[in-house]
Amino acid sequence: MSYMTINNRRVEFTDEKNVLSVIRKSGIDLPTFCYHSELSTYGACRMCVVEDDRGRIFASCSETPRDKMVIYTNTPRLKHHRKMIIELLLASHCRDCTTCTKNGVCVLQKLSRQLGIKEVRFENNKKQLPKDLSSECIIRDPNKCILCGDCVRTCDEIQGMGILDFAFRGSKMQVTTAFNKDLAQTDCVGCGQCRAVCPTGAITIKQDIERVWEALSDPKIRVVVQIAPAVRVAVGDKFGIPKGENVLGRLVAALRRIGFDEVYDTNFGADLTVMEESKELVERLESGDNLPLFTSCCPAWVKFCENRYPQFRKKISTCRSPQEMFGALIKEEARMDEAGDSRKTVVVSIMPCTAKKAEITRPEHFNEGEQNVDYVLTTTEASRMIQESGIDLSQVEPEALDMPFGISSGAGAIFGVTGGVTEAVLRRLMNSDRAEDLEAISFTGVRGVDGIKEASVKLGDRDVKIAVVNGLKCASEVLDKIEAGEIYYDFVEVMACKRGCITGGGQPVPIGPRTKKARVEGLYKIDKLAQIKLSSQNPIVATVYDGILKGKEHKLLHNER
Amino acid sequence: MMKKIENREVLEQIRQTSREQMNKSKCRVLICAGTGCLSGGSGAIYDRMCELVGEHPDVEVHFGPEIAHGDGEIGVKKSGCHGFCEMGPLMRIEPQGILYTKVKLEDCEEIFHRTIEKGEPIRHLLFKRDGIEYQRQEEIPFYKKQTRNVLKNCGHIDAEHIEEYLSIGGYEALEKALFDMKPEEVVSEISESNLRGRGGGGFPTGYKWSQVAGQKEKIRYVVCNGDEGDPGAFMDRSIMEGDPHKMIEGIMIAAYAVGAREGYIYVRAEYPLAISRLKRAIEQAEECGLLGEHILGTDFSFHLHINKGAGAFVCGEGSALTASIEGSRGMPRVKPPRTVEQGLFGKPTVLNNVETFANVPMIITEGAQWFKGIGPEKSPGTKAFALTGSVNHTGLIEVPMGTTLREVIYDIGGGIKGDGEFKAVQIGGPSGGCLITPHLDVNLDFDSLKKMGAMIGSGGLVVMDDSTCMVEVARFFMNFTQNESCGKCVPCREGTKRMLEILERIVEGKGKPEDLDLLEELATTITETALCGLGKSAALPVMSTLKLFRDEYVEHVVDKKCASHNCSALRRFIISPERCKGCSKCARNCPADAISGRIKEPYVIDNDKCIKCGACESACAFGAIHIEG
Amino acid sequence: MLNQAYYDKTDEIIASHGLTQAALIPIIQDIQAEYRYLPPELLSYVASKLSIDEAKAYSVATFYENFSFEPKGKYIIKVCNGTACHVRKSVSILERLYSELGLSEEKATTDDMMFTLETVSCLGACGLAPVLTVNDKVYPAMTPDAAAELIRELRGA
Repeated sequence: MSYMTINNRRVEFTDEKNVLSVIRKSGIDLPTFCYHSELSTYGACRMCVVEDDRGRIFASCSETPRDKMVIYTNTPRLKHHRKMIIELLLASHCRDCTTCTKNGVCVLQKLSRQLGIKEVRFENNKKQLPKDLSSECIIRDPNKCILCGDCVRTCDEIQGMGILDFAFRGSKMQVTTAFNKDLAQTDCVGCGQCRAVCPTGAITIKQDIERVWEALSDPKIRVVVQIAPAVRVAVGDKFGIPKGENVLGRLVAALRRIGFDEVYDTNFGADLTVMEESKELVERLESGDNLPLFTSCCPAWVKFCENRYPQFRKKISTCRSPQEMFGALIKEEARMDEAGDSRKTVVVSIMPCTAKKAEITRPEHFNEGEQNVDYVLTTTEASRMIQESGIDLSQVEPEALDMPFGISSGAGAIFGVTGGVTEAVLRRLMNSDRAEDLEAISFTGVRGVDGIKEASVKLGDRDVKIAVVNGLKCASEVLDKIEAGEIYYDFVEVMACKRGCITGGGQPVPIGPRTKKARVEGLYKIDKLAQIKLSSQNPIVATVYDGILKGKEHKLLHNER
Repeated sequence: MMKKIENREVLEQIRQTSREQMNKSKCRVLICAGTGCLSGGSGAIYDRMCELVGEHPDVEVHFGPEIAHGDGEIGVKKSGCHGFCEMGPLMRIEPQGILYTKVKLEDCEEIFHRTIEKGEPIRHLLFKRDGIEYQRQEEIPFYKKQTRNVLKNCGHIDAEHIEEYLSIGGYEALEKALFDMKPEEVVSEISESNLRGRGGGGFPTGYKWSQVAGQKEKIRYVVCNGDEGDPGAFMDRSIMEGDPHKMIEGIMIAAYAVGAREGYIYVRAEYPLAISRLKRAIEQAEECGLLGEHILGTDFSFHLHINKGAGAFVCGEGSALTASIEGSRGMPRVKPPRTVEQGLFGKPTVLNNVETFANVPMIITEGAQWFKGIGPEKSPGTKAFALTGSVNHTGLIEVPMGTTLREVIYDIGGGIKGDGEFKAVQIGGPSGGCLITPHLDVNLDFDSLKKMGAMIGSGGLVVMDDSTCMVEVARFFMNFTQNESCGKCVPCREGTKRMLEILERIVEGKGKPEDLDLLEELATTITETALCGLGKSAALPVMSTLKLFRDEYVEHVVDKKCASHNCSALRRFIISPERCKGCSKCARNCPADAISGRIKEPYVIDNDKCIKCGACESACAFGAIHIEG
Repeated sequence: MLNQAYYDKTDEIIASHGLTQAALIPIIQDIQAEYRYLPPELLSYVASKLSIDEAKAYSVATFYENFSFEPKGKYIIKVCNGTACHVRKSVSILERLYSELGLSEEKATTDDMMFTLETVSCLGACGLAPVLTVNDKVYPAMTPDAAAELIRELRGA
């Protein structure tokens, strides 16, 4: 075993790809702005500098670990340099910290506190640039950008979109779009992954909190809220609750206290999606038309396909996404006057996703002139509303969801993680809840962190070829291969975000490797503990098909493409 | 068009014929066609000389391509830069070796009738110094003290014709490498010679090649860095313009040694002549089969491309340069992987600069031992420097490594211009530092300079006399570096900006005493934490002047004075009452209404209102206005 | 809107360099040389032809000083402010040209599209300092008066 000496302590290492990883493994939280293990090493912030026994200073993110290396992470010189770097960054930074959306979670703010920056000796003479408010999903504020390039690399290396890039150079350098166009004028799909990695307030979520507060305070409005699967394992982050812990019950209680009239679960919408999408798959397999069937739950993926691969548009499932199915159902129930509440109904979704904010305004998601879902709050915004209300989520007694849409299956819960939709559909098609059958499905290859996973499942006498994709760059790869005739699939699940919705652009940050893992495990645990494993076994599903949905399946659950 | 050279024998034949062709003429007239002389009007001089010798088949005028190597005995060709740009346009006449300086169009007739027809020198065109007239170029002190190996052919051959290069033994080294040496022998010969990269760092060239040769990946590239961006340096330009084949031959030998099939030359866009000469050289080499498939009938195939820079100094940094060839922003990347492992297009890459490659053919022909015999053993060979600033003779020079600064400035450069006194020499451009009087006997080589905290850099030597303000010099370099920072890493992007702000403040007389400490603090952080070599050296000009001329900084900050009067904001104009006739011209010319007085009485300047423009000084007919101090 | 001729010319330039990403810079250099500026529409066009993200193409074009999205004048004057030229007072030449042409650091091109005035860090003609170039032709040992005279000549030409 190789080892190095870090601050006089011996630390063993094996295949860590850089010195920084070894240092962090040893329990030292060396600060960085531009290092993310899933992105290429950029090496620009220089915060991770360390000193060796010969007094040489180098950035640990880009140094290969060598046996018997001797390094120090906190010498007076290093401290001086780190402070100077922070001071330089602060000097060109819009320092309206108290009113910044990122207040309290900003990495720049955190490090300047940690390193004890007392004054900034340089004048901020940087030209102030306008914010880009054009996107329905995210806001860009170039004045808060520290040019770490995390968003640029995420957009390019993970999503393959290349919407954001650097422009100009030197002290005039900016991160911006082509020709500094508004985001809305670009192919941006609103996945918000740039926001998830942005260490400062340069890219933030478009906030809908105020509009929801307004609805809540209006006595003439009935506010129904639905909670997406991935929210429950992340919303606890800001309240000191262990990472990945399912806090659905506490969240339900908190939302009631805030004033939501009815609290439901998007997992129920997911169960409906499973029913419809399975049916659609079977039909397409039989007819042989429009294969592969692409999933439609992820709005960033749908938009991506429309923008970059329009030739595949018709192959996307006609199913509405779970939130839209659920919203359509609630609104229809209200229109039919069966909700037991005569007030105007407003549907709010709490989603891990920024792209969902754009999904609800698409024309096909209107029914009878009315939006199926009125507002989308991201997990982060929901956390903020809870905090605003003075509620400590960790102290709230859990409560149960409202009925009748509070019952859902484990299959619905795993929609929040890559492969979950596929697994849920397979359960439905195999139509068995025997433990060994469920386990067999989970081992087909649909689970795991790879960007492209393949599975082959026997349905009747047919081998159904399946791909499970996460990350839009991987999606491009798969689509290119399908287009070139190099591969064939019958069913392709695409989630724009790596590992699925649990890392969505609206989730609480930072989302480090341990957090990701905990959230995935959290969702699988919910499924494990669920009494109902198959969407088709959800009794309420059968009830709504016989009731509200009867004869309106197409109108409420599908849209034309 | 030349015939295809299919093997060694044909190459030798062509060399032979070219040599005979060259020796035919009784008299050769070489007119410098370097950037400097061209802009001095050497083009017209060439035309005129061609006209004049039109009926004299035994005289050859070297310059333009118009009457290129035809059947006749007059060859007219372009020669490259002689390096003595200050004295241009230059004309060399062989066989006498006469060098005429500052030649004008109207001198041509006299040159033709007297020198060419009768062999008489024309005294007023000869170079003179300290009352001595120099007839032969080689005797001129500027040249005499030099050892022109790399620049040997610059100014002596026509760079636009490969035959000229062949006639003086061109491509002999390639021939030797291809037929008599294995690739690994070439690498070890270069390693043995201790040749070190001329681009700045002085990295051992042979070691670099051996690392590339040892990579598993079989696709390799050779890249020549001709992005000579240091303001004040132009050696590489002269080589590319004056002797492009020497460098190409060096690149090819490198390619053979490391097993590369493709090579790139990256030239900055500001050198259009170098680009066109290189293009022509490559075309000619391709035409005659010295570039392309199965060179000289061997298994060695090599293709060479030219990439034109697009205006970014940082592209002189290796990884930025390869990124630029790949079509990206020229931003340096972190290492590892190093360029020798994953360079251009992610493949192992030999990246050397122009001068380094130009040294290679000589080492192969003459041997490593010969090379090591020049200059210090650990840092052997010669180095070209661009000598500029306040010396009598500016220009391009080449001296053995280890030559002292004193020899360069006083023997070759002819000492300080006018009646000024030597103050400092800035070496290595924006990445370098200053050397002062006590350093005059320092040897100019990689190791000795490193000990002084300076570096050869790409070889710019800017001599400064006592009329130079060192704070302003530091500000100038910082302005350059700040403008050229790629913006990637924080210390360089933000740090240089702040250092520049402080320096600007100081030269404007608004500096504070604590600014000097802040400058040092910033400089240390930039030097120790910047991402690339250029960033790490960005603060050196400031650190060096701050160390050597701290009192000048203090004078600016505390006394608000600039002793050399360079910093206009710190000037105080005063009117000498004795000289002032009270004509009011100064007051009428003052744009700021800062001068007042009564006619026929001495005027006075209100220095609070004065904007230091100097309009009064130029307006005064009696020399009554001057800068105080 | 650019007329079709621009796109035809661009196609021709692209054809001579190929469709790799490495061809991006040479292609836009040729466009810049052809029109004396890089029309933004053509940059987007080249990016789509080369399958490069538009933002990436924009990022490359804005990195290098040689590219300009603004049309440039018939005569592009570059005043060298390299070390040697600076020491020999190139700034006064620049200032004179600014005033002669009514230009400034912010406004580089005259309204009649005759002159564009730029500075350049070093032209490598240090022995002849101070120098300036007009469309790449070097004018050595300049003075403010000589520069002003040059402008008058060019205007007359």
